Amino acid sequence: MKILVPIKRVVDYNVKVRVRRDGGGVETAGVKMSMNPFDEIAVEEALRLREKGVASEILTVSIGVPQAADTLRTALAMGADRAILVQSEESPEPLAVAKILKILVDREKPDLVILGKQAIDDDMNATGQMLAGLLDWPQATFASRVEKTADGLAVTREVDGGSETLALALPAIVTADLRLNEPRYAALPNIMKARKKPLETIAATDLGIDLTRRLAILSMAEPPARKAGIKVGSVAELVEKLRNEAKVI
Amino acid sequence: MTALVLLDAEDGTIPQTSRSAIAAAASLGDIDVLVTGGPDTIAAAAASAAKIPGIRKVRTASGEAFAHGLAEPLAALLVALAPDYDHIVAAATAIGKSTLPRAAALLDVQVIPDVMEIRDSQTFVRPVFAGNVLVTLRSSDAKKLLTIRTASFDPVAAEGGAAPIEALTPPDGQQKSRFVSAEHSSTERPQLEAARVIVSGGRGLQSAEGFKILEPLADRLGAAIGASRVAVDSGFVPNDYQVGQTGKIVAPDLYIACGISGAIQHLAGMKDSKVIVAINKDEEAPIFQVADYGLVGDLFQIVPALTAALG
Repeated sequence: MKILVPIKRVVDYNVKVRVRRDGGGVETAGVKMSMNPFDEIAVEEALRLREKGVASEILTVSIGVPQAADTLRTALAMGADRAILVQSEESPEPLAVAKILKILVDREKPDLVILGKQAIDDDMNATGQMLAGLLDWPQATFASRVEKTADGLAVTREVDGGSETLALALPAIVTADLRLNEPRYAALPNIMKARKKPLETIAATDLGIDLTRRLAILSMAEPPARKAGIKVGSVAELVEKLRNEAKVI
Repeated sequence: MTALVLLDAEDGTIPQTSRSAIAAAASLGDIDVLVTGGPDTIAAAAASAAKIPGIRKVRTASGEAFAHGLAEPLAALLVALAPDYDHIVAAATAIGKSTLPRAAALLDVQVIPDVMEIRDSQTFVRPVFAGNVLVTLRSSDAKKLLTIRTASFDPVAAEGGAAPIEALTPPDGQQKSRFVSAEHSSTERPQLEAARVIVSGGRGLQSAEGFKILEPLADRLGAAIGASRVAVDSGFVPNDYQVGQTGKIVAPDLYIACGISGAIQHLAGMKDSKVIVAINKDEEAPIFQVADYGLVGDLFQIVPALTAALG
């Protein structure tokens, strides 16, 4: 089985983002960038499927600025076999990303695409579902467990009231939730080896996809800060405040 | 203008989250609702939906394919109905979040997830970067598909209307995914998204056994129980207890955070609560920066004392 894992370069999850003065975006100058954490989980799951003998080849793809090549090298160091960078000036919206990925799926013919359930920058939670729609493939979002079965996949998903298991025919789309696995760190020798693994670069503009945003950003702002309240000295004081001041009990 | 709201009606009832989605759509013109489900639940679900005030019409689609809220048949159905509507709306629940992006791609539309404010028919506010930034977007798509951050909209009433019900013939489709089984956390408590009071626990509870200390307090307050990501990852409670950026987004009247340090991703899920109480032994914990009332100390003494004091 061949697995495609799309990954995104995002502001590191430890960074407290700041809105730019012009309100058109967030400060990225000098900010640490990393692989989207859910995408690391997706890469890890592909590696585990290969270690179980289910997968034979793992291809990873990123769409974005030239520095996204660093993110792809991280995936290669974790163990992916080869990488494609679809270079574009800005980060396209999920619909455009899904259209680009569809072109790559048509070319590479993977049996399974595993994506992170959402990117922690735009929090859209859409690309996997949109790609599944464009390909007319079955989808299992928010996966916490993926098992190969005789005729496809059994995927356990995190849903509102607990979890549920779906059976999917292949080819299929799976999006990774937090508890699917704990991603490995790339060991130094593997980081060295990753430099020699194949990384192909394609210009997004050569793919014939319209990358124009459908959602114009009118403004970005930090939400009104919640101001800290008071410290109370005892349980009795807390109960008194909740009853008589906040009136919530 | 006309909006279609997809309801989560698979168990035969209409949850509060779906009624919040209807409330959000109220500014978008006439509202039809779409109720789907298996043959056993559809009649009850349709009858419940028809009682919601302000609905023009209840449209129903029933069959085994719709019994478990699978995204593929639901998205195909939304695409078939799309020509009648300017907006298609759903609560940002597991079903809404799975289905609307898929339908949007089929309609060549960029979905707009987690909408927390509707400025006008094409302008929407949504959180990014774990709720640390709010972005105002204007959609240039002819049709708009939205999921609604339900904590941002007070639900419409459950009773008082009498909308007509129209049964649809869903489009035929090849089923490439199939429901196998569900493991639902059984609880007598209110759902997190619908609770007026939430008692939530984190790392400070130390174990699954320790977490049980929250139950008498929650019983006393009629509260739902939530948890931080650490508490879920450590196996103290099941994953559907998680409040935060990647869990449930809640905004109860009262949120009591016990032994929760207040990581950014947790705050993203609860900082719109009306009143926040923090109980933590670390007086430097970031949770105190958003708490209205903080109490520093050992939660294993404070929580039972608080439970007793409320008696």
